[in-house]
Amino acid sequence: MSDFRETTLANGLRIAAEIDPRGYSASLGYFVRTGSRDETDPEAGVSHFLEHMMFKGTARRTAADVNRELDELGGNSNAYTSEEQTVYYATVLPKYQDRIVDLLTDMLRPSLTQADFDTERNVILEEIAKYEDQPPFGAFERVLEKHFGPRGLGRRVLGTAESIRAMTRQTMFDYFSRRYAPGNIVLAAAGNVDFDGLVASAEKLTAGWGDLRPAAAPPADPTDTLPEGISLDGVLTNPDAAQAYWVRLNPSPHLNDPDRYVARLLTSILGDDSGSRLFWELIDTGRAESCAMWSQEFIDAGAMFVMLVCNPDDLADNRQVIDRELRKVAAEGVTEAELKQAANKAISGCIMSNERPSNRMFGVGNGWQLRGKYTDLDTVLDRYRAVTTDQVAKLAAKYLDQRVTETLVAAAPEAVA
Amino acid sequence: MTRGVTPTVEETVEVVRLDNGLTILAQPMPWLRTVAFAISFRAGVQAEPEGREGIAGLLCEMAQRGAGPYSSRDVVALQDNLGLDHSSGVSTALASFGAAMPGDSLREALGLYAEIIRRPHLPGDQLEDSRMGALQEVRAVLDEPTQRVVMRLKTMQYGERDGRATCGTEKGLKSISLDDLQAFYQQRFLPSGAILAIAGKFDVAETIAQVRHLFGDWRGEAEEIPSAPGGAPGYEHLRQDSSQTHIGIAFDSVPLGDDAYYPMRAGVGILSDGMSSRLFDRVREQRGLCYSISLSAHSLLQRGAIIGYAGTTPERAQETLDVMLGEIEGLAEGIEPAELERFKVRVQSALIMEQESSWSRVSSLISDWFHRGRVVTMREFEERIEAITVDEILDYWRGHPPGRYRIVTLGKKKLKVRSTE
Repeated sequence: MSDFRETTLANGLRIAAEIDPRGYSASLGYFVRTGSRDETDPEAGVSHFLEHMMFKGTARRTAADVNRELDELGGNSNAYTSEEQTVYYATVLPKYQDRIVDLLTDMLRPSLTQADFDTERNVILEEIAKYEDQPPFGAFERVLEKHFGPRGLGRRVLGTAESIRAMTRQTMFDYFSRRYAPGNIVLAAAGNVDFDGLVASAEKLTAGWGDLRPAAAPPADPTDTLPEGISLDGVLTNPDAAQAYWVRLNPSPHLNDPDRYVARLLTSILGDDSGSRLFWELIDTGRAESCAMWSQEFIDAGAMFVMLVCNPDDLADNRQVIDRELRKVAAEGVTEAELKQAANKAISGCIMSNERPSNRMFGVGNGWQLRGKYTDLDTVLDRYRAVTTDQVAKLAAKYLDQRVTETLVAAAPEAVA
Repeated sequence: MTRGVTPTVEETVEVVRLDNGLTILAQPMPWLRTVAFAISFRAGVQAEPEGREGIAGLLCEMAQRGAGPYSSRDVVALQDNLGLDHSSGVSTALASFGAAMPGDSLREALGLYAEIIRRPHLPGDQLEDSRMGALQEVRAVLDEPTQRVVMRLKTMQYGERDGRATCGTEKGLKSISLDDLQAFYQQRFLPSGAILAIAGKFDVAETIAQVRHLFGDWRGEAEEIPSAPGGAPGYEHLRQDSSQTHIGIAFDSVPLGDDAYYPMRAGVGILSDGMSSRLFDRVREQRGLCYSISLSAHSLLQRGAIIGYAGTTPERAQETLDVMLGEIEGLAEGIEPAELERFKVRVQSALIMEQESSWSRVSSLISDWFHRGRVVTMREFEERIEAITVDEILDYWRGHPPGRYRIVTLGKKKLKVRSTE
């Protein structure tokens, strides 16, 4: 069975691994505790931009070397940035462990040249443009901005075209120097991993990491103005949108709140993509293209989302159905059969996704970086099994009646709202 | 650099052909906790009657609205309680149902899907709901520029019938009656040419006995649908006030069953798989022209195509298209051995990791049997990849020079396209 091991290096880098020698692959990732919520206005989008720059070369490697070596190791490697973390990861055959650790570690001390910065800025602007053309056309970013405010948790991960165009290399470097200290980073691994080898490699390769001198903190953002390129209007017009896109956000438990398991099952009962109350009302009947509800947990806050996509003509009626179903559960709770079905679904989903070492690695890395805890699969399954209808009813009454934030995108939103 | 073929675990694939035409492919992967199955039969969009476009997908959805002893709600409750990660869908030739699940759910899951396939209620009073859902899908595509471009490309590539959209058309969906649905069910949900693949943690003998019991007396022969010729080079622009110009290109290739598929696919890999691939490096990394760029091989039973996509803001779109075509056409001029080596390592790693997923293995089994008429073991596949040489790839790409392009753009402005002939 799998075995959990962890250590902290003298420079502060934390290493955590769930080892299963039966695995065909090893998955490794650096989890940096930095994301859009840690940015100021002039830095908006820098965490994600910086993530791209990590692939552009180091003192020992050109950009082409980095990309070529990642491909030579043959596995799946990538990176992503969220509100709270930037993660660099790869899944490789066990025989490549040393080489991938060397490469990922080196990548985290990038050259950040002006020429690469200027070229990559265009790629980021293209990425922003790409999402502007894709459903739900900014509805999701807007609901977070409205709910959490446009700074902190509501800050857009990609930044805005305005903030990216105005960004300087120096701003990026200063941010990097403050956020990429080893004490702010976790190295996580899962699967067929040689832990002692991993620690020895990391110790050697990060020996110079403590030398990074953090730049002074940037000035605080103004509190009386909005960042450039940001609006808090909850209604967005998109003349080309064929469908209407509506997002609703309720508060929800944060990621250290034991009630988070209850919230996950509550949202599954109400709005999973099959078999939920909203599925039977809106999807089975063909009234909506999709209607999903789910919860997301941050370090100190949580959000419960409902996202509805439908013909604009049906929006008003569908919103009433959603309101009615949420109010009903807040007032009456859920049945034993519903809870059992949702728990079975969640448990099977966990078992299946955990079969891949890469998914275990994300579990280990997120838990160790954001919560300072490791939870094995069986414990997670037990927590789902332990949820009662009473807990669900209490949670529904508490959260579904709280302040709600909404966003709508449609071709003619005023006509359908 | 030479690399020995990686020793993989003992692979056994049991192949059983029932006399009604259903082929069962069973591969035990006892080190997993999960099992997956998929069943595919010849009820894809190719078989849809003229004017009833969308009926194949609609039937798959309707079949799950109650079957045998189960009501619509029973079906969903059973799927959820068994922990099925399930899907259904249609392609050009096939309709498929499948699911991955914890190992001990297989027996009940197979029982449920035998009812869905053989004894669906197809309730008339739910046809309107199902139709509305299908029409939502057609509308959804209008909001997805990449999907719109690729759908239009496939029609230009393969012609009006083989290149049909799997979601159907508004007109077709609105014309479908319950009688049409029942007739399509009678004619196409049949065992001849059907494939049932199972991989993962399960007892092979016991499961095959169960499948014989569930499907052995299934009878009927689906009429063969020959590939319809069609598709012609050309350029189309879809005008939309979007932020990016979405560019799609397609050109002729070989189908999966053809041995030339291997050098063709290796060439596509050198152009587009991974971050050191030519398109990613030269279009995105060196020039910063786009965020998304890709090239992939697509295959019907008798025809294949290579399909490319890039999304970029209007002022960079012309250069993106020109550089992209230049790179594709330039492949035949030469390939570095290291480029081929990286392709091989990627395939090898992907194969080894396929052993960690019952669902991936099931998908490969179905694809092999449909396209090649036999199972290609992971070892055989790996040996064929290992044998590819730079010369073999160059021979293919020189013998099949890219050209006769189908090009579709979506955005504010048309691009200049040289002759597509």
